[in-house]
Amino acid sequence: MEKIPILKMRSCLLVSIQVDMHDRLAMQLQDDLTERIAQTGVRGVLIDISALDMVDSFMGRMLGNIAAMSRVLDAETVLVGMQPAVAITLVELGMTLPGVRTALNVEKGMDLLEASIGADESVGG
Amino acid sequence: MVRQAVRQRAVELGFSLVDQTKIITAASELARNAIQHGGGGRALIDVITDGTRRGLRLTFEDHGAGIPDIGLAMRDGYSTGGGLGLGLSGAKRLSNEFAITSAPAEGTRVVITRWK
Repeated sequence: MEKIPILKMRSCLLVSIQVDMHDRLAMQLQDDLTERIAQTGVRGVLIDISALDMVDSFMGRMLGNIAAMSRVLDAETVLVGMQPAVAITLVELGMTLPGVRTALNVEKGMDLLEASIGADESVGG
Repeated sequence: MVRQAVRQRAVELGFSLVDQTKIITAASELARNAIQHGGGGRALIDVITDGTRRGLRLTFEDHGAGIPDIGLAMRDGYSTGGGLGLGLSGAKRLSNEFAITSAPAEGTRVVITRWK
């Protein structure tokens, strides 16, 4: 069965969506990712959607859900690499992805995650 | 899959990347509606011409329960399927022309057009 790979790097999980997303695959990713967060205890999740040529309301909702679920499991999610045409379409569709942090690319996303995890840990002792 | 077929036609017509993305996303919303609420149906893709203008017209037909109150169904945030309620209203915003007809127990037909 088709599956989106989830890689662990240091204290983060990395997901790069390289296939045409259909609804079942999106649901599967949601399940797998929450499972892996709980298993590994990571504090950050980075989702790269640079290969996606469209995000509709269902996928947008799925991405928002993943961010919310991760937060409940004490992990931050950053969505990176959205194509400009996808951003234009998503906003016109009526979806602004509230509550989902974004960055332009993987590198900036990692910086954002590491900074926020680092800040958390120094406050928490 | 409807999405791929629509993209292919949009590319052939020379749609800009943003216009391609809009019509594919609208098609995805309407196809999902037809499957979830209408139990599946037909999607037609037509290349149309108006003078020198060319465009893509998509028709989605299902034979489901129909929509009792189209005005309500078109409202942002209204959903009977547990979604965000952006499918119909969002597809309308992503199209240049939008027409919907629905009859109880007969089904729903949505026609959208995007000009190049």
